[in-house]
Amino acid sequence: MRFKLAGLLIATSSLIAPAALADVYNLEIDQFERTVDGETLTGVSINGTSPGPLLRLREGEDVTINVTNTLDVDTSLHWHGIILDAGMDGVPGISFDGIAPGETYTYNFTANQSGTYWYHGHSALQEQEGVFAPIIIEPAKPDPFEYDREHVIILADWLNDSPYKALANLKKRSNYYNYNRRTVFDFWRDWRNADRGEKTDVIQERLAWGRMRMDPTDIVDITGYSFLVNGETPEDNWSGLFEAGEKVRLRFINAAAMTYFDVKIPGLKMTVVQADGQNIEPVSVDEFPIAIAETFDVIVEPEAGQSYTIFAAAKDRSGYARGTLSETPGTEAAIPELGPRPELTMAAMGEDHDSHGAMAESEAVGIDEMTMNMSGDAHRGHGEMPAMEHGPKVLSYDDLRALTPYTDRRAPDREVELRLTGNMERYFWSINDVKFGDAGPLEFNYGERVRITFKNETMMEHPMHLHGLWMDLLNGEGDMAPRKHTINIRPGETISADVTVDATGSWAFHCHILQHAATGMFRQVNVIGGVQ
Amino acid sequence: MKSKILIVGALAMATALPALAAEGDPVYNYTLAEADIAEIDDETVGAFDAQGWVGGDYNRFWWKTGGEFADGDFDDAEVQALYSRYISKFWDAQIGVRYDLESKGETYGVIGLQGLAPYFFEVDAAAFVSSSGDVSARFEATGELLFTQRLILEPGIALDFYAEDDPSRQIGSGLSTAEYGAQLRYELTREFAPYVALTYEEAYGDTAYFQRLETGSANRTIFKVGIRTMF
Repeated sequence: MRFKLAGLLIATSSLIAPAALADVYNLEIDQFERTVDGETLTGVSINGTSPGPLLRLREGEDVTINVTNTLDVDTSLHWHGIILDAGMDGVPGISFDGIAPGETYTYNFTANQSGTYWYHGHSALQEQEGVFAPIIIEPAKPDPFEYDREHVIILADWLNDSPYKALANLKKRSNYYNYNRRTVFDFWRDWRNADRGEKTDVIQERLAWGRMRMDPTDIVDITGYSFLVNGETPEDNWSGLFEAGEKVRLRFINAAAMTYFDVKIPGLKMTVVQADGQNIEPVSVDEFPIAIAETFDVIVEPEAGQSYTIFAAAKDRSGYARGTLSETPGTEAAIPELGPRPELTMAAMGEDHDSHGAMAESEAVGIDEMTMNMSGDAHRGHGEMPAMEHGPKVLSYDDLRALTPYTDRRAPDREVELRLTGNMERYFWSINDVKFGDAGPLEFNYGERVRITFKNETMMEHPMHLHGLWMDLLNGEGDMAPRKHTINIRPGETISADVTVDATGSWAFHCHILQHAATGMFRQVNVIGGVQ
Repeated sequence: MKSKILIVGALAMATALPALAAEGDPVYNYTLAEADIAEIDDETVGAFDAQGWVGGDYNRFWWKTGGEFADGDFDDAEVQALYSRYISKFWDAQIGVRYDLESKGETYGVIGLQGLAPYFFEVDAAAFVSSSGDVSARFEATGELLFTQRLILEPGIALDFYAEDDPSRQIGSGLSTAEYGAQLRYELTREFAPYVALTYEEAYGDTAYFQRLETGSANRTIFKVGIRTMF
């Protein structure tokens, strides 16, 4: 097995003796100096690097991970998407006490699943400072698709302001990082370009945003990031090699703090085979959006003699992460245009319903008097309908169909509605208008099946991540609903997921946009009853 | 002094926070300060205006200060120390004290409302009751127009109201003075912006009468050059 890693590869028995079913891994969390795009900042590393070392496990393996904290503040590691005992989940204040400076904490769990996952810090804002790394769990039985080699593509963003400083800046002035606000000249241009009858619409639209005290250019809270593939900038050009005729599996992980990416490899069709570590019915796409904390595995068949750019455009088009797939190291391929920066637009609710097409389970809701959607909607693929087959095929949640009907088929016992809320002006985020600090835990009963309905009442997307329990995404696929650890909910959207409550203890449940989690879009879930 | 103790206390709390998964409601702070100079009646007049807060998302200690000085002497200057409480999505209710350093060392009780009105107007409205029982109010609103991402025009209005005449301070009841202005600033960074500002001040009612007696005019136009900082 050949694969290239950005970080230090941990030599495990998986490379030597596949028969061993228990292994010990040693990780150390430490400060490091990192230079990105010419600027040096102190970050936090795992074994000296960011991303940290790949953990390559095997399904059924009993894993022991010793994590040593050499920082002068508490730390932690959380195993994202891994189903394990609550005490091993690694969330300070919920799962355990955290790892004190100088201390070593030992995590033990059995890898009862396979696929692509990742792990990251869950203390303060350390994940944003670099504490994240990939996990691959090899299946006990071979995956139902073939490939000859694989690469991990871990996408990230890096800001040359510490995340603490960035958050303080947002608290002072929520548009601190937005240098794309509309000017009087934008208004003049729109006015001039509008037809006679539409001129009042230009004013009406301005007034509507003003009335709501919202800004259509505020599509990400922070701009100015460098975007990284496996820790390397577009200039560094991380490269993944292939040999003629090989099928290559690319394991994409979005470990960014705040950035959604639209991923494509010009010249190659990508066959998506896994989402959030779970095998899905293969679907061939030209592009896929990846929310923060999601993973997608794709298989590509590069042609001999060709080089290909792996192009991950940041959602706000403020930049991109890129790498190159080629037969020889150091080659480059053409880099596509980034395209225009999207702006939020107001779409009539009726129109919005239509464009959702097959998304039977989801329903658009209005924010105040109107619904907002990204004008770059085609990138999300929700506009994809049979009648519109021209243009690139973009993956959407509608395309995700589990490969095997492993879901609990019981109807939900009850429904929990979670309205995703926030105050962008003050820069804090909440669920049902209550911040984490002021909220009691959500209580689930062991053995029940709970339908969680997310209603996004903000103008930001929110990737909601539930620890310890799977969410069966209600995307109209019935028993073949895909199972996810992270579900993205777009502005104005309502999405439901059914959860089989089969793991006791306390779990974290939060938006994975890290500054949103840090400022209140976070809940503790207590599972009552069951095996302690 | 008291405010200093409060700030130090709040900052000490901030560093003592545990490194939890989510931060809850930690302490942040904000300061916005402007200082400018103008030529008024052949005199160089300096003015400063600053405010800021220390606290969480819901409860903040808010301070405001402002004043004018000419030839090294304060014409007027005041400080306010306020408890600011988040009451709805865009609004804080404020209560506290104001102390006038000039012109006469008066102390006031303050109750106010500060926040963001529809159409992005920053609004600061406050009522004052002096220790001698005089009631007054102040209303300020500013907006923003961007020429570029850094060249920003900020039009504003400030109105002063008094419940009763106070001839000793040349104040008439009702709307006494209004200031209509526009500041054009260039944000070199978010933290540092030089500006020019043009303001037109007009007195109304008996205040206008008092002012005309004193200076022959009830209005004046002032051109200012200044620096704005945020930290």
